[in-house]
Amino acid sequence: MKFPVIIKRILLPVLLLLSAGAYCAPHGKTLFARHCSACHGSHGMGGVGVPIALPAFINSVSNTYLTKTIRHGRPGRIMPAFEKLSDAQVVAIIKFMRKWTWKPAPNEDDTPVVGNKKHGRLLFARHCARCHGKDGQGGKGTGVTFSRKRDLPIIAPALNNAGFLAAASDVMIRDTITFGRKGTPMVSMLKAGLSREDINDLVAYIRSFTPAANKRAQAIHASGDLSPIITMASPYGMKETIENIKQAIINQNFTLIRVDYLDHGLVTKGHEDKSKVVIHFCNFKFLFNALAIDPRVGMFLPCRITVTEKNGKVRLTTVNPQRLSKLFNNHELDESCRAMHKVYQSILEDATL
Amino acid sequence: MKPVQKKLTTWFFSCLLCAVFMRPVFIQPVYASDLLMVRSQQAFPEAMLTLQTSIKEHGYTITRVQRVDVGLTGMGYHTDKYRVVFVGKAKEIHYLVNKYPALAAYMPPQISIFAEQGETVLVTANPEIYAPMVDDKDKVIFRRWESDVYSVFDDIRAADE
Repeated sequence: MKFPVIIKRILLPVLLLLSAGAYCAPHGKTLFARHCSACHGSHGMGGVGVPIALPAFINSVSNTYLTKTIRHGRPGRIMPAFEKLSDAQVVAIIKFMRKWTWKPAPNEDDTPVVGNKKHGRLLFARHCARCHGKDGQGGKGTGVTFSRKRDLPIIAPALNNAGFLAAASDVMIRDTITFGRKGTPMVSMLKAGLSREDINDLVAYIRSFTPAANKRAQAIHASGDLSPIITMASPYGMKETIENIKQAIINQNFTLIRVDYLDHGLVTKGHEDKSKVVIHFCNFKFLFNALAIDPRVGMFLPCRITVTEKNGKVRLTTVNPQRLSKLFNNHELDESCRAMHKVYQSILEDATL
Repeated sequence: MKPVQKKLTTWFFSCLLCAVFMRPVFIQPVYASDLLMVRSQQAFPEAMLTLQTSIKEHGYTITRVQRVDVGLTGMGYHTDKYRVVFVGKAKEIHYLVNKYPALAAYMPPQISIFAEQGETVLVTANPEIYAPMVDDKDKVIFRRWESDVYSVFDDIRAADE
Protein backbone atom coordinates (compact mmCIF):
# COMPACT_ATOMS: atom_id res chain seq x y z
CA MET A 1 0.00 0.00 0.00
CA LYS A 2 1.37 3.41 -0.95
CA PHE A 3 0.72 6.51 1.18
CA PRO A 4 0.44 9.87 -0.56
CA VAL A 5 3.69 11.79 -0.33
CA ILE A 6 2.23 14.49 1.95
CA ILE A 7 1.24 11.87 4.58
CA LYS A 8 4.55 10.06 4.39
CA ARG A 9 6.77 13.12 4.52
CA ILE A 10 4.89 15.58 6.68
CA LEU A 11 1.89 14.22 8.56
CA LEU A 12 3.45 10.99 9.73
CA PRO A 13 6.58 12.59 11.22
CA VAL A 14 4.44 15.32 12.84
CA LEU A 15 2.14 12.73 14.37
CA LEU A 16 5.05 10.66 15.60
CA LEU A 17 6.71 13.73 17.07
CA LEU A 18 3.52 14.71 18.84
CA SER A 19 3.10 11.24 20.28
CA ALA A 20 6.73 11.29 21.43
CA GLY A 21 6.01 14.59 23.17
CA ALA A 22 2.97 13.16 24.86
CA TYR A 23 5.02 10.15 25.87
CA CYS A 24 7.54 12.42 27.61
CA ALA A 25 5.01 14.77 29.21
CA PRO A 26 4.54 14.37 32.94
CA HIS A 27 1.75 11.95 33.65
CA GLY A 28 -0.57 13.34 36.30
CA LYS A 29 -1.96 10.01 37.43
CA THR A 30 1.51 8.52 37.87
CA LEU A 31 2.78 11.59 39.66
CA PHE A 32 -0.24 11.63 41.96
CA ALA A 33 0.31 7.95 42.76
CA ARG A 34 3.97 8.63 43.56
CA HIS A 35 3.73 11.83 45.53
CA CYS A 36 0.22 12.28 46.84
CA SER A 37 -1.73 9.05 47.12
CA ALA A 38 0.23 7.66 50.08
CA CYS A 39 -1.37 10.34 52.25
CA HIS A 40 -4.45 11.47 50.33
CA GLY A 41 -5.59 8.03 49.16
CA SER A 42 -5.55 6.44 45.73
CA HIS A 43 -8.69 8.33 44.76
CA GLY A 44 -8.03 11.42 46.82
CA MET A 45 -10.54 10.49 49.48
CA GLY A 46 -8.13 10.96 52.36
CA GLY A 47 -5.97 8.92 54.66
CA VAL A 48 -3.12 10.40 56.62
CA GLY A 49 -3.92 13.49 54.56
CA VAL A 50 -7.22 15.25 53.96
CA PRO A 51 -9.82 14.11 51.38
CA ILE A 52 -8.99 16.43 48.50
CA ALA A 53 -11.33 14.74 46.05
CA LEU A 54 -14.43 15.93 47.90
CA PRO A 55 -16.39 17.84 45.22
CA ALA A 56 -17.07 20.64 47.71
CA PHE A 57 -13.32 21.12 47.99
CA ILE A 58 -11.86 20.45 44.57
CA ASN A 59 -14.58 22.39 42.72
CA SER A 60 -14.13 25.45 44.88
CA VAL A 61 -10.36 25.90 44.91
CA SER A 62 -8.35 27.57 42.17
CA ASN A 63 -5.33 26.12 40.44
CA THR A 64 -3.26 28.84 42.10
CA TYR A 65 -4.35 27.62 45.53
CA LEU A 66 -3.47 24.02 44.64
CA THR A 67 -0.13 25.02 43.11
CA LYS A 68 0.85 27.07 46.15
CA THR A 69 -0.27 24.29 48.47
CA ILE A 70 1.90 21.77 46.63
CA ARG A 71 4.84 24.18 46.57
CA HIS A 72 4.67 25.44 50.18
CA GLY A 73 3.07 22.44 51.87
CA ARG A 74 1.80 22.99 55.38
CA PRO A 75 4.78 23.54 57.66
CA GLY A 76 4.40 21.45 60.80
CA ARG A 77 1.16 19.85 59.59
CA ILE A 78 2.50 16.78 57.72
CA MET A 79 1.98 18.04 54.14
CA PRO A 80 5.54 18.60 52.86
CA ALA A 81 6.62 21.29 50.42
CA PHE A 82 7.21 19.69 47.03
CA GLU A 83 9.96 22.00 45.91
CA LYS A 84 11.63 19.55 43.57
CA LEU A 85 8.64 18.94 41.31
CA SER A 86 8.85 20.84 38.03
CA ASP A 87 6.14 23.32 37.09
CA ALA A 88 4.96 20.90 34.40
CA GLN A 89 4.68 18.10 36.97
CA VAL A 90 2.61 20.28 39.31
CA VAL A 91 0.32 21.23 36.43
CA ALA A 92 -0.04 17.55 35.48
CA ILE A 93 -1.00 16.59 39.04
CA ILE A 94 -3.61 19.35 39.21
CA LYS A 95 -5.01 18.38 35.80
CA PHE A 96 -5.36 14.82 37.06
CA MET A 97 -7.12 16.03 40.21
CA ARG A 98 -9.59 18.04 38.14
CA LYS A 99 -10.65 14.83 36.40
CA TRP A 100 -12.23 13.61 39.65
CA THR A 101 -15.19 15.87 39.02
CA TRP A 102 -14.57 17.13 35.46
CA LYS A 103 -15.47 20.62 36.62
CA PRO A 104 -13.36 23.57 35.46
CA ALA A 105 -11.15 25.29 38.01
CA PRO A 106 -12.66 28.43 39.46
CA ASN A 107 -10.83 31.61 38.52
CA GLU A 108 -8.38 32.93 41.05
CA ASP A 109 -9.80 36.10 42.56
CA ASP A 110 -7.27 37.96 44.65
CA THR A 111 -9.51 40.89 45.51
CA PRO A 112 -8.84 41.73 49.15
CA VAL A 113 -11.75 41.29 51.52
CA VAL A 114 -12.15 44.18 53.92
CA GLY A 115 -13.65 43.60 57.36
CA ASN A 116 -13.46 44.39 61.03
CA LYS A 117 -10.71 42.27 62.53
CA LYS A 118 -11.79 42.92 66.12
CA HIS A 119 -15.32 41.80 65.48
CA GLY A 120 -13.98 38.88 63.47
CA ARG A 121 -12.00 37.76 66.49
CA LEU A 122 -15.15 37.57 68.62
CA LEU A 123 -16.97 35.66 65.91
CA PHE A 124 -14.04 33.29 65.46
CA ALA A 125 -14.04 32.43 69.17
CA ARG A 126 -17.77 31.78 69.04
CA HIS A 127 -18.13 29.90 65.74
CA CYS A 128 -14.76 28.57 64.59
CA ALA A 129 -12.41 27.95 67.50
CA ARG A 130 -14.13 24.74 68.61
CA CYS A 131 -12.85 22.95 65.48
CA HIS A 132 -10.03 25.17 64.20
CA GLY A 133 -8.51 25.89 67.62
CA LYS A 134 -8.35 29.06 69.68
CA ASP A 135 -5.53 30.50 67.57
CA GLY A 136 -6.50 28.78 64.33
CA GLN A 137 -3.98 26.01 64.95
CA GLY A 138 -6.33 23.33 63.53
CA GLY A 139 -7.59 20.00 64.79
CA LYS A 140 -5.40 17.34 66.34
CA GLY A 141 -4.22 14.12 64.73
CA THR A 142 -3.94 13.17 61.10
CA GLY A 143 -6.66 12.51 58.55
CA VAL A 144 -8.88 9.48 58.31
CA THR A 145 -6.40 7.06 59.79
CA PHE A 146 -6.69 3.91 61.77
CA SER A 147 -5.29 5.67 64.76
CA ARG A 148 -8.42 7.57 65.54
CA LYS A 149 -12.16 7.07 65.21
CA ARG A 150 -13.41 7.45 61.68
CA ASP A 151 -16.30 9.60 62.80
CA LEU A 152 -14.93 12.70 61.10
CA PRO A 153 -14.10 12.78 57.42
CA ILE A 154 -11.53 15.51 57.94
CA ILE A 155 -9.41 17.20 60.59
CA ALA A 156 -10.08 20.92 60.80
CA PRO A 157 -7.28 22.68 58.87
CA ALA A 158 -4.80 24.96 60.62
CA LEU A 159 -5.83 28.44 59.47
CA ASN A 160 -2.78 30.07 61.04
CA ASN A 161 -0.45 27.87 59.03
CA ALA A 162 2.04 29.74 56.88
CA GLY A 163 1.36 27.39 53.94
CA PHE A 164 -2.39 27.91 54.14
CA LEU A 165 -2.11 31.69 54.46
CA ALA A 166 0.21 31.83 51.47
CA ALA A 167 -2.06 29.66 49.33
CA ALA A 168 -5.58 30.83 50.19
CA SER A 169 -6.95 34.08 48.83
CA ASP A 170 -9.33 36.23 50.86
CA VAL A 171 -12.13 35.37 48.45
CA MET A 172 -11.51 31.64 48.85
CA ILE A 173 -11.63 31.93 52.65
CA ARG A 174 -14.79 34.04 52.40
CA ASP A 175 -16.51 31.57 50.07
CA THR A 176 -15.59 28.61 52.28
CA ILE A 177 -17.09 30.33 55.32
CA THR A 178 -20.11 31.44 53.32
CA PHE A 179 -20.98 28.15 51.67
CA GLY A 180 -19.27 25.61 53.91
CA ARG A 181 -17.87 22.36 52.59
CA LYS A 182 -20.46 19.70 51.93
CA GLY A 183 -19.32 16.32 53.24
CA THR A 184 -17.31 17.82 56.09
CA PRO A 185 -18.30 19.35 59.43
CA MET A 186 -17.70 22.81 57.90
CA VAL A 187 -21.19 24.25 57.57
CA SER A 188 -22.34 27.35 55.72
CA MET A 189 -22.01 30.23 58.15
CA LEU A 190 -24.45 32.20 56.07
CA LYS A 191 -27.06 29.54 56.72
CA ALA A 192 -25.94 29.39 60.34
CA GLY A 193 -27.02 33.01 60.71
CA LEU A 194 -23.94 35.16 60.06
CA SER A 195 -24.31 38.13 57.78
CA ARG A 196 -22.03 38.79 54.81
CA GLU A 197 -20.40 41.59 56.83
CA ASP A 198 -19.76 39.15 59.71
CA ILE A 199 -18.10 36.79 57.26
CA ASN A 200 -15.91 39.58 55.92
CA ASP A 201 -14.92 40.33 59.52
CA LEU A 202 -13.97 36.69 60.01
CA VAL A 203 -11.84 36.77 56.86
CA ALA A 204 -10.09 39.90 58.12
CA TYR A 205 -9.35 38.16 61.42
CA ILE A 206 -8.10 34.95 59.78
CA ARG A 207 -5.96 36.98 57.41
CA SER A 208 -4.40 38.66 60.43
CA PHE A 209 -2.98 35.31 61.55
CA THR A 210 0.68 35.33 60.73
CA PRO A 211 3.22 32.55 60.78
CA ALA A 212 4.20 34.18 64.07
CA ALA A 213 1.07 32.65 65.53
CA ASN A 214 2.84 29.37 65.04
CA LYS A 215 5.90 30.69 66.81
CA ARG A 216 5.73 28.49 69.87
CA ALA A 217 5.31 25.29 67.87
CA GLN A 218 8.11 26.30 65.53
CA ALA A 219 10.40 27.19 68.42
CA ILE A 220 9.86 23.78 69.98
CA HIS A 221 10.36 22.17 66.60
CA ALA A 222 13.67 23.90 66.01
CA SER A 223 15.03 23.54 69.52
CA GLY A 224 16.35 20.71 71.64
CA ASP A 225 19.10 18.17 71.24
CA LEU A 226 19.40 17.54 67.49
CA SER A 227 22.27 15.07 67.45
CA PRO A 228 21.28 11.82 65.72
CA ILE A 229 21.86 9.65 68.78
CA ILE A 230 21.82 9.64 72.55
CA THR A 231 24.80 7.74 73.84
CA MET A 232 26.50 7.01 77.15
CA ALA A 233 29.44 4.93 78.29
CA SER A 234 28.77 2.26 80.88
CA PRO A 235 31.21 1.60 83.72
CA TYR A 236 29.91 -1.99 83.90
CA GLY A 237 30.48 -5.10 81.85
CA MET A 238 28.14 -6.13 79.03
CA LYS A 239 26.03 -8.53 81.07
CA GLU A 240 25.60 -6.21 84.03
CA THR A 241 24.79 -3.25 81.79
CA ILE A 242 22.03 -5.23 80.05
CA GLU A 243 20.53 -6.20 83.42
CA ASN A 244 20.69 -2.57 84.53
CA ILE A 245 18.90 -1.44 81.38
CA LYS A 246 16.15 -4.02 81.90
CA GLN A 247 15.57 -2.73 85.41
CA ALA A 248 15.69 0.90 84.29
CA ILE A 249 13.08 0.16 81.60
CA ILE A 250 10.72 -1.26 84.22
CA ASN A 251 11.38 1.73 86.48
CA GLN A 252 10.14 4.00 83.68
CA ASN A 253 6.89 1.98 83.39
CA PHE A 254 7.90 0.46 80.08
CA THR A 255 7.58 -3.21 79.17
CA LEU A 256 10.59 -5.21 78.09
CA ILE A 257 9.80 -6.89 74.76
CA ARG A 258 12.95 -8.83 73.91
CA VAL A 259 16.72 -8.83 73.88
CA ASP A 260 18.39 -9.65 70.54
CA TYR A 261 21.75 -9.51 68.93
CA LEU A 262 21.87 -6.65 66.44
CA ASP A 263 22.45 -9.03 63.55
CA HIS A 264 19.69 -11.40 64.63
CA GLY A 265 18.11 -12.83 61.50
CA LEU A 266 20.94 -11.60 59.29
CA VAL A 267 23.27 -14.47 60.13
CA THR A 268 22.58 -18.06 61.08
CA LYS A 269 21.72 -18.69 64.71
CA GLY A 270 24.83 -19.08 66.83
CA HIS A 271 26.96 -16.93 64.54
CA GLU A 272 25.71 -13.55 65.75
CA ASP A 273 28.06 -10.79 66.84
CA LYS A 274 27.74 -11.10 70.64
CA SER A 275 29.25 -7.67 71.21
CA LYS A 276 26.18 -5.87 69.85
CA VAL A 277 22.91 -6.38 71.67
CA VAL A 278 19.59 -4.61 71.15
CA ILE A 279 17.04 -4.31 73.94
CA HIS A 280 13.50 -3.67 72.69
CA PHE A 281 10.86 -2.20 74.98
CA CYS A 282 7.55 -0.40 74.84
CA ASN A 283 4.91 1.50 76.76
CA PHE A 284 1.68 0.64 75.00
CA LYS A 285 -0.20 3.73 76.16
CA PHE A 286 2.62 5.91 74.91
CA LEU A 287 2.77 3.96 71.65
CA PHE A 288 -0.97 4.22 71.13
CA ASN A 289 -0.92 7.97 71.72
CA ALA A 290 2.05 8.44 69.41
CA LEU A 291 0.35 6.49 66.61
CA ALA A 292 -2.81 8.52 67.15
CA ILE A 293 -0.81 11.70 66.54
CA ASP A 294 0.92 10.29 63.49
CA PRO A 295 0.63 6.67 62.35
CA ARG A 296 3.94 6.92 60.51
CA VAL A 297 6.04 6.98 63.68
CA GLY A 298 5.84 3.21 63.92
CA MET A 299 8.92 2.88 61.77
CA PHE A 300 11.07 3.88 64.74
CA LEU A 301 9.25 1.58 67.12
CA PRO A 302 9.44 -0.30 69.35
CA CYS A 303 11.86 1.67 71.50
CA ARG A 304 15.32 0.18 71.59
CA ILE A 305 18.69 0.62 73.17
CA THR A 306 21.78 -0.83 71.54
CA VAL A 307 24.58 -2.01 73.81
CA THR A 308 27.99 -2.43 72.20
CA GLU A 309 31.27 -3.65 73.59
CA LYS A 310 34.63 -2.76 72.06
CA ASN A 311 37.99 -3.37 73.69
CA GLY A 312 36.26 -4.04 77.02
CA LYS A 313 34.39 -0.72 76.93
CA VAL A 314 30.60 -0.84 76.95
CA ARG A 315 28.47 1.87 75.34
CA LEU A 316 24.72 2.43 75.19
CA THR A 317 23.20 4.10 72.14
CA THR A 318 19.67 5.02 71.12
CA VAL A 319 18.06 7.04 68.38
CA ASN A 320 17.33 10.63 69.32
CA PRO A 321 13.53 11.07 69.10
CA GLN A 322 13.88 14.85 69.03
CA ARG A 323 15.95 14.63 65.90
CA LEU A 324 13.61 12.07 64.35
CA SER A 325 10.55 14.20 64.94
CA LYS A 326 11.97 16.61 62.35
CA LEU A 327 11.40 13.98 59.66
CA PHE A 328 7.64 14.02 60.06
CA ASN A 329 6.80 17.70 59.53
CA ASN A 330 4.32 17.34 62.37
CA HIS A 331 4.61 19.80 65.23
CA GLU A 332 2.16 17.78 67.27
CA LEU A 333 4.74 15.02 67.50
CA ASP A 334 7.38 17.27 68.96
CA GLU A 335 6.02 17.12 72.53
CA SER A 336 5.88 13.31 72.47
CA CYS A 337 9.38 13.09 71.04
CA ARG A 338 10.64 15.47 73.70
CA ALA A 339 9.05 13.26 76.36
CA MET A 340 10.56 10.16 74.76
CA HIS A 341 13.96 11.82 74.68
CA LYS A 342 13.71 12.29 78.46
CA VAL A 343 12.70 8.64 78.94
CA TYR A 344 15.67 7.40 76.90
CA GLN A 345 18.02 9.67 78.78
CA SER A 346 16.68 8.56 82.17
CA ILE A 347 17.01 4.89 81.26
CA LEU A 348 20.57 5.40 80.05
CA GLU A 349 21.48 7.36 83.16
CA ASP A 350 19.84 4.81 85.50
CA ALA A 351 21.63 1.94 83.79
CA THR A 352 25.05 3.55 83.92
CA LEU A 353 24.90 5.05 87.43
CA MET B 1 16.05 8.78 -0.34
CA LYS B 2 17.03 12.44 -0.78
CA PRO B 3 19.74 13.81 1.55
CA VAL B 4 17.31 16.26 3.21
CA GLN B 5 14.81 13.50 3.77
CA LYS B 6 17.56 11.31 5.16
CA LYS B 7 18.63 14.04 7.57
CA LEU B 8 15.09 14.60 8.71
CA THR B 9 14.54 10.89 9.27
CA THR B 10 17.74 10.61 11.30
CA TRP B 11 16.81 13.69 13.32
CA PHE B 12 13.33 12.35 13.96
CA PHE B 13 14.47 8.94 15.15
CA SER B 14 17.12 10.56 17.35
CA CYS B 15 14.38 12.61 18.98
CA LEU B 16 12.25 9.54 19.42
CA LEU B 17 15.10 7.57 20.98
CA CYS B 18 15.92 10.47 23.29
CA ALA B 19 12.28 10.62 24.33
CA VAL B 20 12.19 6.91 25.10
CA PHE B 21 15.41 6.94 27.10
CA MET B 22 14.70 10.21 28.86
CA ARG B 23 11.22 9.19 29.97
CA PRO B 24 12.39 7.51 33.18
CA VAL B 25 14.21 10.74 34.02
CA PHE B 26 11.03 12.73 33.61
CA ILE B 27 8.99 10.45 35.80
CA GLN B 28 11.75 9.70 38.33
CA PRO B 29 10.35 9.92 41.84
CA VAL B 30 10.91 13.31 43.43
CA TYR B 31 10.07 12.67 47.04
CA ALA B 32 9.62 15.79 49.05
CA SER B 33 10.74 14.73 52.46
CA ASP B 34 13.00 12.48 54.44
CA LEU B 35 10.17 9.99 54.64
CA LEU B 36 9.45 7.68 51.75
CA MET B 37 5.87 6.53 51.53
CA VAL B 38 3.75 4.46 49.20
CA ARG B 39 0.13 3.41 49.18
CA SER B 40 -0.93 0.01 47.97
CA GLN B 41 -4.48 -0.60 46.86
CA GLN B 42 -3.98 -4.16 47.97
CA ALA B 43 -5.36 -5.29 51.30
CA PHE B 44 -2.85 -5.65 54.11
CA PRO B 45 -1.98 -9.39 53.73
CA GLU B 46 -1.40 -9.08 49.97
CA ALA B 47 0.61 -5.87 50.33
CA MET B 48 2.73 -7.49 53.03
CA LEU B 49 3.40 -10.44 50.75
CA THR B 50 4.36 -8.13 47.87
CA LEU B 51 6.68 -6.20 50.17
CA GLN B 52 8.42 -9.29 51.50
CA THR B 53 8.82 -10.78 48.03
CA SER B 54 10.26 -7.57 46.62
CA ILE B 55 12.65 -7.09 49.55
CA LYS B 56 14.03 -10.59 49.02
CA GLU B 57 14.27 -10.07 45.25
CA HIS B 58 16.41 -7.01 45.94
CA GLY B 59 18.84 -9.15 47.90
CA TYR B 60 17.88 -8.06 51.40
CA THR B 61 17.07 -10.28 54.37
CA ILE B 62 14.02 -9.71 56.51
CA THR B 63 15.38 -10.05 60.00
CA ARG B 64 12.12 -9.69 61.87
CA VAL B 65 8.50 -8.64 61.50
CA GLN B 66 7.35 -6.79 64.60
CA ARG B 67 3.61 -7.11 65.15
CA VAL B 68 2.82 -3.72 66.69
CA ASP B 69 -0.96 -4.19 66.54
CA VAL B 70 -0.84 -7.46 68.43
CA GLY B 71 0.91 -5.81 71.36
CA LEU B 72 -1.58 -2.95 71.34
CA THR B 73 -4.72 -5.08 71.14
CA GLY B 74 -3.25 -7.35 73.80
CA MET B 75 -3.20 -4.33 76.07
CA GLY B 76 -6.80 -3.44 75.21
CA TYR B 77 -6.19 -0.76 72.57
CA HIS B 78 -8.24 -0.81 69.39
CA THR B 79 -6.04 -0.70 66.32
CA ASP B 80 -5.85 -1.83 62.73
CA LYS B 81 -3.09 -4.06 61.35
CA TYR B 82 0.36 -2.61 61.87
CA ARG B 83 3.76 -4.27 61.40
CA VAL B 84 7.34 -3.09 61.36
CA VAL B 85 9.62 -4.99 58.99
CA PHE B 86 13.37 -4.99 59.76
CA VAL B 87 15.58 -5.45 56.69
CA GLY B 88 19.25 -5.49 55.83
CA LYS B 89 22.24 -7.17 54.25
CA ALA B 90 24.53 -8.86 56.77
CA LYS B 91 27.79 -7.65 55.21
CA GLU B 92 26.68 -4.05 54.94
CA ILE B 93 25.17 -3.89 58.41
CA HIS B 94 28.29 -5.43 59.98
CA TYR B 95 30.53 -3.07 58.04
CA LEU B 96 28.55 0.02 58.94
CA VAL B 97 28.03 -0.61 62.65
CA ASN B 98 31.65 -1.66 63.15
CA LYS B 99 32.99 1.42 61.41
CA TYR B 100 30.33 3.87 62.65
CA PRO B 101 29.07 2.73 66.08
CA ALA B 102 26.51 5.56 66.19
CA LEU B 103 24.66 3.87 63.35
CA ALA B 104 23.99 0.86 65.59
CA ALA B 105 21.01 2.77 67.00
CA TYR B 106 19.38 2.79 63.55
CA MET B 107 20.29 -0.63 62.22
CA PRO B 108 18.82 -2.69 60.72
CA PRO B 109 16.54 -0.21 58.91
CA GLN B 110 12.79 -0.57 59.26
CA ILE B 111 9.76 -0.25 57.04
CA SER B 112 6.41 0.19 58.70
CA ILE B 113 3.32 -1.14 57.01
CA PHE B 114 -0.20 -0.48 58.17
CA ALA B 115 -3.74 -0.99 56.98
CA GLU B 116 -5.86 1.98 56.10
CA GLN B 117 -9.35 0.60 55.55
CA GLY B 118 -9.07 -1.65 52.48
CA GLU B 119 -5.67 -0.29 51.46
CA THR B 120 -2.19 -0.38 52.90
CA VAL B 121 0.37 2.35 53.57
CA LEU B 122 4.12 1.77 53.80
CA VAL B 123 6.57 4.25 55.29
CA THR B 124 10.30 4.28 55.79
CA ALA B 125 12.98 6.83 56.52
CA ASN B 126 14.92 7.86 53.46
CA PRO B 127 18.25 6.02 53.93
CA GLU B 128 19.96 9.23 52.85
CA ILE B 129 19.29 10.59 56.35
CA TYR B 130 22.07 8.32 57.61
CA ALA B 131 24.59 9.67 55.11
CA PRO B 132 25.81 12.56 57.30
CA MET B 133 26.90 9.96 59.86
CA VAL B 134 29.46 8.33 57.56
CA ASP B 135 32.51 9.22 55.47
CA ASP B 136 31.96 10.39 51.92
CA LYS B 137 33.17 7.15 50.40
CA ASP B 138 30.51 5.15 52.27
CA LYS B 139 27.60 7.42 51.39
CA VAL B 140 27.12 5.38 48.26
CA ILE B 141 25.69 2.57 50.40
CA PHE B 142 22.77 4.76 51.43
CA ARG B 143 22.25 6.02 47.91
CA ARG B 144 21.93 2.39 46.84
CA TRP B 145 19.52 1.65 49.66
CA GLU B 146 17.47 4.67 48.69
CA SER B 147 17.34 3.49 45.10
CA ASP B 148 16.31 0.03 46.29
CA VAL B 149 13.52 1.47 48.42
CA TYR B 150 12.20 3.31 45.36
CA SER B 151 12.40 0.10 43.42
CA VAL B 152 10.60 -1.92 46.12
CA PHE B 153 7.90 0.76 46.28
CA ASP B 154 7.60 0.64 42.49
CA ASP B 155 6.98 -3.10 42.78
CA ILE B 156 4.26 -2.42 45.32
CA ARG B 157 2.61 0.13 43.05
CA ALA B 158 2.96 -2.21 40.08
CA ALA B 159 1.11 -4.92 41.99
CA ASP B 160 -1.93 -2.62 42.03
CA GLU B 161 -2.14 -2.61 38.25
